Amino acid sequence: MIPAAFDYVRVDSVDAAVAALTEHGDDAKLLAGGHSLLPLMKLRLAFPSVLIDIGRIEGLSYVRQEGDQVAIGALTRHCDVNASPELARHAPLLAYVAGKVGDPQVRHRGTIGGSIAHADPASDLPAAVLALGGEMVVTGPSGQRVIPATEFFTGFLETAMSPEEMLTEIRVPTATAGHSYQKFVRRAQDWAMVGVAVARYDGTTGVSLVNMGPTPLRAAAVESALASGASAADAAEVADQDSEPTGDANASPEFRRHLAKVLTRRALEEAGL
Amino acid sequence: MSILGNRVLRKEDPKFLTVGGTYVDDIGLAGALHVAYVRSTFAHARILSIDTEEARKAPGVVAVYTAADVDLGPRPPEMPMFNQAMTRSLLADDTVRFVGECVAAVVADTRARAVDAAELVQIDYDPLPAVVDVETALRDETLLFPAAGTNLAMDMTFGTDEHFMDGCEVVVRHQFLNHRVAPCPLEVRAASAEWSPEGRLTQYSSTQAPHGVKSGLAGALALDEAQVRVLSPDVGGGFGAKMGTYPEELLVAWMARRLGRPVRWVETRSESMVGLGHGRGQLQEVEIGGSRDGRILAYRLNVIQDGGAYPAIGAVLPFMTRTMLSGVYDIPKVEFNSRSVVTNTTPTVAYRGAGRPEATAAIERVLDMFAAEIGMDPAEVRRRNLIQKDAFPFTTPTGTVYDIGDYVRALDLALEAADYPALRAAQKQRRESGATKQLGIGLSVYVEITNGMPSSEFGAVEVRPDGTVVVRTGTSPHGQGHVTAWAMLVSEQLGIPIESIEVVHGDTDVVPRGVGTFGSRSLQAGGVAVNQAATAVVERARQLAADLLEANPDDVILDKVGQRFHVQGTPAAGRSWKELAAEAESQGGLTAEVDFTAPGPTFPFGAHLVVAEVDTETGLVEIKRIVAVDDAGKILNPMLAEGQVHGGLAQGVAQALLEEVRYDEDGNPVTANLADYAFVTAAELPSFERIAMETPTPVNELGAKGIGESGTIGSTPAVHNAVCDALVHLGVRHVPMPTSPQRVWRAINEATGKASA
Ligand SMILES: Cc1cc2nc3c(=O)[nH]c(=O)nc-3n(C[C@H](O)[C@H](O)[C@H](O)COP(=O)(O)OP(=O)(O)OC[C@H]3O[C@@H](n4cnc5c(N)ncnc54)[C@H](O)[C@@H]3O)c2cc1C
Repeated sequence: MIPAAFDYVRVDSVDAAVAALTEHGDDAKLLAGGHSLLPLMKLRLAFPSVLIDIGRIEGLSYVRQEGDQVAIGALTRHCDVNASPELARHAPLLAYVAGKVGDPQVRHRGTIGGSIAHADPASDLPAAVLALGGEMVVTGPSGQRVIPATEFFTGFLETAMSPEEMLTEIRVPTATAGHSYQKFVRRAQDWAMVGVAVARYDGTTGVSLVNMGPTPLRAAAVESALASGASAADAAEVADQDSEPTGDANASPEFRRHLAKVLTRRALEEAGL
Repeated sequence: MSILGNRVLRKEDPKFLTVGGTYVDDIGLAGALHVAYVRSTFAHARILSIDTEEARKAPGVVAVYTAADVDLGPRPPEMPMFNQAMTRSLLADDTVRFVGECVAAVVADTRARAVDAAELVQIDYDPLPAVVDVETALRDETLLFPAAGTNLAMDMTFGTDEHFMDGCEVVVRHQFLNHRVAPCPLEVRAASAEWSPEGRLTQYSSTQAPHGVKSGLAGALALDEAQVRVLSPDVGGGFGAKMGTYPEELLVAWMARRLGRPVRWVETRSESMVGLGHGRGQLQEVEIGGSRDGRILAYRLNVIQDGGAYPAIGAVLPFMTRTMLSGVYDIPKVEFNSRSVVTNTTPTVAYRGAGRPEATAAIERVLDMFAAEIGMDPAEVRRRNLIQKDAFPFTTPTGTVYDIGDYVRALDLALEAADYPALRAAQKQRRESGATKQLGIGLSVYVEITNGMPSSEFGAVEVRPDGTVVVRTGTSPHGQGHVTAWAMLVSEQLGIPIESIEVVHGDTDVVPRGVGTFGSRSLQAGGVAVNQAATAVVERARQLAADLLEANPDDVILDKVGQRFHVQGTPAAGRSWKELAAEAESQGGLTAEVDFTAPGPTFPFGAHLVVAEVDTETGLVEIKRIVAVDDAGKILNPMLAEGQVHGGLAQGVAQALLEEVRYDEDGNPVTANLADYAFVTAAELPSFERIAMETPTPVNELGAKGIGESGTIGSTPAVHNAVCDALVHLGVRHVPMPTSPQRVWRAINEATGKASA
């Protein structure tokens, strides 16, 4: 488990990180908690030639309430998201989901920015931000821009960020009208075989799916069924409508579709619908 | 007061809990080189060419070897019963036969450089069809070893009576796959080798049997055994898979000799998942026949054993399955036949239980199916067929002689502790209410064989002039706690506290002979040897004290509290252990060595009851309770015994529920890391409810049977039965292991006529 050789740069500001990304281009990778990137490198499935360590940039680990949004710094670790009183009060889904990621060791190293930038469809936090209708603040050579979660995840492990951009903040609306996260796992620390996140805010219900396609997915069919008055049970029946689940050793695509429906119903019910 | 039978804390633990253990890879040898193996990425292919040019030129590389360089010829299978044409080269020569087989070895000055250079070795393969499952193998359409003319490594035929089931009112047949699992010791394989200028080899090895490794090395390298020293420091688990000598280890010694420098090797987890032997892998055709009132009259098991690419211990394990064929039941007629085949997969070896879990799983599962067929409670069917306690020694129809047991009591204890009637009532209620989560209650009553083929084991006890004791043992603990257990045995005899008793193992220069630790043999073989050596030392000391006190030895007693010998009634004049040891120094010391061979194996038994909750919508299984009665005869240290049972239960649950080694149709492993391979953790297990039962065996003076494997043997079928039991009322007859959510979901759909894929 030894990665291929690489160069290592440590930066102490977002600007320096962006400058380093601009300098090294496609061969460079940002290193945050390292808990997605390093395993890939050790298995020699990823070979960045330069690692830009952003782990010690100050001021990027925070949770703040700002108006009707909660802003989370990209370097906030899963354990801190999980324990945040602001999130518990204003966006409890996100806090809860962060507590379901991996095991305590992973939650004490992994960062929310790393998880979302990595854009793994089997990850928990991207789906939570999607269900919440959140947005990502990214910083690049020409400054900041805001990308809605619905436009952020563009393909398998691909996002709307350009190679010189860095994710600096995640914003979610306050959503306190009910939530649920159904993570289907065989073992406590596993990745979700299928997951369903539900958040209710502003009189709407956001529903998203984990591991049901190449990206974290919004269950738009369920959301619109609910909007037009369908019961939780009926709405859940269309949970797999726009999904493209793959099969693996644990689950066939059909089983994943079945699970998505069952879990969506349970999630909606738990969220009070 | 006797120290035996007490929960004595492990002497080993302070070190593990503070500074940590010393494993093979913690031992740095001055000037050592590191090896990285290049492994086959094909399950079955001809090697057209290997280009090592670039690797040789890479920084730090000292040598790159392929089969053409290794002057140790292909080796026939070690066991004579296998087809001897199924030979194995240490590095694959013209053909690779499983993903993970070593093809080349890269030696460099650092591990990282060896790994980097290994990536540069170019191998040109011509893929051959992969034989992945045992039924395909039997058809002999693709041969792994054309010279052998067959994929059959060995077979055993004991009968094919066409009228076998005549007279049975009910016959139940089923095919079970006792699937492959990976042993997953926390410490992966590691070895390092160093040669002295005089040509003596010192090899460090993570093994369960250092003396076996010594013989293996001597044999492979054509050395006299005296020229080999094997050291196994702390070993982080083996589970049966670290018994033999793997090609990687032999090559480490060979390369160190060739290069004149020490060579070190440690595998990664991903390598270990394909390189370390796998366990189980038995396809079973099971038939059981009996009467409507629950009497079993005939039982037949035909198996195809998956030996993997090169026949090793795994391929011979059906023999152990046959030995324990009829389990705890008194069945008039049994039949067993087996065929062991080679496939393009990792070779199978012994794994916790080794052939016996397969026997127990088959009969315990089909017994439940038989009970369902005749509509009788599975506990009752068991009760009606158990061997009675006055029937021992009991000879089974396959000729196995069980020493002693009380199976009815084991079953009763488990049923009582679990409150079986209340559980059945709760189950009934859930069924009637149509709850999403249904309850299943699973039973297994088992008997197994430990120290199966008794061989000699070495034990020595020496009292040193400073009054401390050194014990040398041929067993090779890797988590079992022999350092504590053997010290307890010696302390009991000598009266010297365990703190002053040192137990030495794992150095073939210090321990002259030994067999090692596997098959739950250690206490009843090595423990007895140590116990007898302690007795002999006490006798020598008594004799010496009698001489010094000018008394009759028969009148001299050992005051264990005072740790001294004196004439009965005159304690004032006596001799302490220290004095006697000092006195004995000129006469060869106060020491005794024993080589002990047990007169026969022992047969631990027990009953497990598992309560499982099955989500009928998602197929997810949650184990609520595990009640375990495990009788391993007289217990030396209940805490150590519990440790063995707990680990055993966990691994047994794991096989029933989670763990499964899988290959795709091309023979690519799809479970080759611990994310894909569902290694069980504490979070998936309930607290174990262990019920004590001790029926001492007459086979040895300690009354002890082995307890290393029984937890695994009993728990797999109990869990499996619990999952299936939760679904019987839905018409589900059987769910294959491991009972994953998808398998449960499919079984329910099949039974209820819903479509699923
Ligand atoms: C054993 C184990 C179990 C796990 N289980 C789960 C689980 O159950 N659920 C789950 O969701 N996750 C799981 N994870 C993944 C974990 O949550 C990771 O921490 C997370 O996915 C990535 O965060 P990180 O900070 O470690 O990112 P890193 O590994 O450092 O980086 C990941 C990727 O994102 C990029 N990146 C990082 N930060 C930024 C940024 N600010 N801007 C732009 N790009 C960036 C990196 O360049 C890299 O490509 C598990 C990980 C392990 C090792």
